Amino acid sequence: MSALSPKSGSPADCAVTEGHVGLPVLDPPPTAAPDTGKTKNGEWQPYIVGFACNWCTYAGADLAGLSRMQYPPNMRLVRVPCSGRVNPQFVLRAFQKGADAVLVAGCHPGDCHYGTGNYFTRRRFLLMQRLLTFMGVDPRRFQARWISGSEAPKFRDVVTELTEQVRPLGPNRLWREVEP
Amino acid sequence: MKRIGVFVCHCGSNIAHTVDCKQVADEAAAMPGVVHAQEYKYMCSEPGQVLIQEAVKEHNLDGYVVTACSPRMHETTFRKCAGRCGLNPYMVEQVNIREHCSWVHADKEAGTEKAIDLMRMGVAKVLKNEPLKAATIPMTKRALVIGAGIAGIQAALDIADNGFPVTLLDREHSIGGRMAQIDKTFPTLDCSACILTPKMVEVAQHPNVELMTYAEVESVGGFIGSFDVTIRKKARYVDTKRCTGCGACIQKCPSKVPSEFEMEMGPRKSIYVPFPQAVPNKPVIDAPHCRYLQTGKCGICKKICPTDAIRFDDQDEVVTERFGTIVVATGYQQFDISAYEEYGGGRIPDVITGMHLERLLNASGPTSGKIKRPSDGKEPKNIVFIKCVGSRDEAKNRPYCSKTCCMYVAKQATLLKEKLPASKSYIFYMDVRTGGKNYEEFYRRTQVDYDGHYIRGRVSKIFQVGDRLIVRGDDSLLGRPVEIEADLVVLAAGMDPQHDARELARTLGIAYDAHGWYTEAHPKLKPVETQTGGIFLAGACQGPKDIPDSVAQGSAAAVKASALLTKTELTGEPMIAQCNEAMCSGCGLCVTICPYKAITRQPKQERIHGKMRERMVSTINSGLCQGCGACTVACPSSAMNMGGFSDEQIMAEVDALCQR
Amino acid sequence: MRYGYYPGCSLTGTGIEYGLSADAVIRHLNMDMKEIRDWNCCGASSAHNHDPLLSIALPARNLALAEQQGFREVAVPCAACYQRIKAAEVAARDPLKRREMEEVIEEELSGAIVARSLLEIMVHDIDDSALAAQIRRPLQGLKVACYYGCLLVKPRAIAMDEAENPMTMDHLMERLGATPVEWGYKTECCGGSLTLTRPDTGVQMTAEVLKYAKLAGADCVVTPCPLCTSNLDMRQGTAEKKLGRSLGLPIYYFTELMGFAFGLPMKTLGLDRHFVEATGLLQSLPVPASG
Repeated sequence: MSALSPKSGSPADCAVTEGHVGLPVLDPPPTAAPDTGKTKNGEWQPYIVGFACNWCTYAGADLAGLSRMQYPPNMRLVRVPCSGRVNPQFVLRAFQKGADAVLVAGCHPGDCHYGTGNYFTRRRFLLMQRLLTFMGVDPRRFQARWISGSEAPKFRDVVTELTEQVRPLGPNRLWREVEP
Repeated sequence: MKRIGVFVCHCGSNIAHTVDCKQVADEAAAMPGVVHAQEYKYMCSEPGQVLIQEAVKEHNLDGYVVTACSPRMHETTFRKCAGRCGLNPYMVEQVNIREHCSWVHADKEAGTEKAIDLMRMGVAKVLKNEPLKAATIPMTKRALVIGAGIAGIQAALDIADNGFPVTLLDREHSIGGRMAQIDKTFPTLDCSACILTPKMVEVAQHPNVELMTYAEVESVGGFIGSFDVTIRKKARYVDTKRCTGCGACIQKCPSKVPSEFEMEMGPRKSIYVPFPQAVPNKPVIDAPHCRYLQTGKCGICKKICPTDAIRFDDQDEVVTERFGTIVVATGYQQFDISAYEEYGGGRIPDVITGMHLERLLNASGPTSGKIKRPSDGKEPKNIVFIKCVGSRDEAKNRPYCSKTCCMYVAKQATLLKEKLPASKSYIFYMDVRTGGKNYEEFYRRTQVDYDGHYIRGRVSKIFQVGDRLIVRGDDSLLGRPVEIEADLVVLAAGMDPQHDARELARTLGIAYDAHGWYTEAHPKLKPVETQTGGIFLAGACQGPKDIPDSVAQGSAAAVKASALLTKTELTGEPMIAQCNEAMCSGCGLCVTICPYKAITRQPKQERIHGKMRERMVSTINSGLCQGCGACTVACPSSAMNMGGFSDEQIMAEVDALCQR
Repeated sequence: MRYGYYPGCSLTGTGIEYGLSADAVIRHLNMDMKEIRDWNCCGASSAHNHDPLLSIALPARNLALAEQQGFREVAVPCAACYQRIKAAEVAARDPLKRREMEEVIEEELSGAIVARSLLEIMVHDIDDSALAAQIRRPLQGLKVACYYGCLLVKPRAIAMDEAENPMTMDHLMERLGATPVEWGYKTECCGGSLTLTRPDTGVQMTAEVLKYAKLAGADCVVTPCPLCTSNLDMRQGTAEKKLGRSLGLPIYYFTELMGFAFGLPMKTLGLDRHFVEATGLLQSLPVPASG
C-alpha cells in the first residue's frame, strides 16, 4: 500500500509515471485501415487528449509556446484547476469517444498549488491504469506526468514521446467498435 | 439553446501566421449555438473589446468564446469586457490558440485543424457555462497576533501603527519571548534587553494594542474576515487592575521554585514575574507551587499586598472573540539535549546548552553575569562548544540547520574571552555558516582576536572524571582523535518547533512540515502567507530564524494583515465547489479530502412524505474554498460540482474534442 | 517451559565462572529454565566475518531447536552468543531471509521465539520482592563499575539497552545492595578482537577501561560478557604495566555477585577461579546483623 499512500516516493517524477502495470495487454493490433477521421495526407495520426492543471503544466505549455518550441500537433489540452480535479470519468469518456491516448499532467508531488491534489491524482492514476489495462487498453495510452511551470522542454518532450509511443499502437478502436 | 459568439484573434501575425483564422471563424459560424463569429487583429485591444461588446448587444449573446492567447494572460481582460456590457463575466471562455498552437506548430494545416478543435472545445464548454457570482465576506477590522516574542511584537506594532486594533496574545505572563532571555545579540553585541524592552513597552502602551498575556488559544472557528477565536485566560490569582507591581508579595513569598526563565539555574518565588523588565510587570501565582493554594496555609502575599490584589479564588476565563486576520508568531523551543546520551543526556551538570550560557553571561542572570559553572560554582578555564546538537543530525530526526548556532557560539566565545581573559574556548564544528550582514566578519574576529579555537569534527563522547569533563572527538582536518579536558561544555542546542506546534496548527487549519515547522504558502513568493486565507506567519514558528529575520518577517506579515484590514469586505472566488444538496448523501468523503477545511456536514431539515426529517449534507464555506475541485472527484454521488469547471463543462469539452 | 538455556562454548571454557555462577543462580531462583538439547555453536566472532548466511543460519538452528523443544524464549548468558542469536531472530523476520535460513538448517523457523540475554531476564522477569527475599549478604558498600561492553547494546536492532548509557545492570546491582558508580566507559571497546592481532593496541584499550573504572572510584568491575571478562581479568597485569600503576580490580560476572548476595558458597560460584584475586573484596564486606 505504501506506493499508494500520499507523499510516498520521490518528490521528482514518481516511478508510476514511467513504468507500466504488469497485466496482460489485450489491445488489438494496429489494423491496416486507419480511422478516416484522423488522417493527415492520408496517414493516420494519433489523437491525444491532455488534462493540464492550471498552475503548473498549463503554464509549462504556455512557456513552451513563448519559447517557440516545436512539438507534434497531436495533443489537445483541457485546462483544469488541479490534476486532482480530473475525474476518472473524464478519462473514460475520452477513450470512449475515440481518443488514442490520454495524458493527465500536474505539478510535481509536493508542489501542488492546493497542497495535496496531485497526491490523489497519483493514487487514482495507478488504479485507473490497472483498470484500463484490465479492460484491454494498452497502458501506454494512459499516462501521467509532473510538469512544472518552468519545464517547457519537458512539456515538449512529453508530447513528442507520447505521440511516438502511441503511433505504433494504432487507433484506439476498442470503444468505437462496441458503441452502437 | 444559448446564443454564443466566437471571436478569433489574429494577435497581429502571431496567430494568423500559422493558423487560418478565417477558416476557424467559418467553422465556428457553422456550429450549433454559434450565432456570430468574427475575426480581428487584436481582440484584447480597446477597439477589439468594443467590437466584442457591440456584438454582444447586436446579437443578444448569452456568452462568448475568444480564441486567442493563453487564458492565463487575458482571461480577466475578456471577463471584465463582458461585465462592462451587462454579461456575466463567467459566461466567457478563452481558448488558447497562440501558446498552445500557432507558436508551437509550424504546419499551418495541422495548426488550423488544432485551432478549430480547440475552438469547438471552447464553444462546447461555454454552452454549459452558468452565470457565477462571487460571494462577499465581511471583514472584521481587528487582528490577532499569537505569540509575543520579537516577531509577534513587531507584527503587532506595525499593524497598530497602520491604524488597526490588534490583540497580542502570549501564553507566558510576560511578553518578550526568547529574546528576553538572550544576553547580547550578534553581530553588534548590543544588549538584547536594551533593544527589546523599549519595544515591549511601546507595544504595551500603544493605543491600538490590547495585551492578552497568560492566555492560550483553545479553538478557532470561522474563516478569513471573521475568525472566532476561543481564548483561555489562565487564572493569575492577582487582580491586574488593583496590582501596582510593587513586588512586596514576591519578596515575602516563602516558597522557592527553580526559575524557568533562568533555565532552572536560579530560584524564583511561587508568586513571581519571570524577569525584572517583564511586561506587564505584575506577578502571577504559580498554583502548583503555592503553599496557600495547595495546603490552605500561608497567604502571606494576601496579607502583605497594600492594594488587596490577591485573589486565591481566581478561575480560568474562557472568552470568544472575533478577528479578521491572524498572525502566528509562536516561535521555537530549544532542542532537548537529553536525546544525546553520548553527551551525558543532560545528566552532567557542567554540560549546558547555549541558552544556559546566555543566562550565565547576563548581568541580571542567576550569577549576576559571573561565569560560574553549575556543579560547583567554579570559574571555568577550558570551555568546549559543540555545534549542531539537534541540528543537521538525521539520527536525531533533525536534518535541518538551526541557522543561529554558528553565530551565537561565536558571540558566546567572544563574550567569554572578554569576561575570562585566561579562559580558552574550543569549538567543535561541522561547517561554519555565517550568511548574514557582518556575520562572517564577526566570526573571523572570534577566531583571530578572541582566540576561539575552532576544531572541525564531531565529539563522540563526554564523560566526567572527578571534577573535569573529558571531551573526546576527532579533528577531521588533521585526521586524528582529540581529547580535551574541559571545565564546562556548551552544547549549541538547535531549534525545535514548540512542543505543541502541531496542535495549534490543527486548531488554526494551517499546514506544517515533518518536524512541526509551519509551512508557508509558497517557499519563495509567499513566505509569510499560509494556505489558509487570512492567516500569516512570522518568526521562527516557520523555521529557524535569528532576530533580524524574525523582525523582517513580523513586519511582512503585518503588511499582509493590514492590507486585508483596509477592506470592509472581501470578494470571494466564484469558481468554487457547489453542493447539490438533493443528491448529497452526507457521507463526508469531501470533508476529509478538502485541504482547506472548507466543507462541513450540517443538518438539513426536509419534508418527506409529510414528515419533517433531518439529514446531514455537505455545506461549503465560500470564504475558505479555493476551488481545487478535489471534492468533486471524491464525491461518490456526483453531488459536488464546481463553478467554472463543472463536470458537465469538462465532459462537453472532451466530447467536443473527440467528436471529429 | 518458558526459557531454553543456551550456554554457549565460553561458559565451560574461559568463562567457566560465568557458567558455574549462572547455573547456581538459576537453580537457586528455581527458574523455569532448561538447557536446549543438541545446541550448536552460535557462530560468534568468526562466522560473520566470512559468511553472512552461515552467521545467521548457525544461531537460527538453535532457535529452531528451542522452539521444537517447547521453549518460548531463549536465555543467553554470553553477550557474543546473544548478539548472534538475536541477529538470527531479527533476520528471520524477513520472509526472504527466513526461507534461505530454513533451507540451510533444514528446520522450520516460525519467528515466534525470542532471544533474550540472561541479564535482562534477571532484571526484568524477577520482581523486586522475589529477589529481595533471596538476599542474605547484601553488597553493602561495594562500589561497582557496570561494564556492558559492546555486544549487548549495539547495533540498535538487537540492542537490549541504550547504547550510550545502559542502566540494566546498574539497577540489578542497586537491588543487590551495591553502589554502581557513574562512569563514561560502560560500552567502550575492551579491545577484545585485537588481543591476538594487535596485542599492543588491544591492551591499551583494556587499560583505558580499567583506568576509568578506577578513577570513578569503583572497587570492582561487573560484566555480562565472557570476552570482556577475560580481557579485563586475564590481561589486567599487562594493563597495569602499560599504565604504570597497580589496579587490583576484581572482575565479576553479575551472576557471581547475585550468587554471593544470595549466600551461595564462593567455590560453587567459581569465585576462586579468577586471575585477579576476587574473594577477598567480597569477604571484606560488612556482614549484616543477623535477623
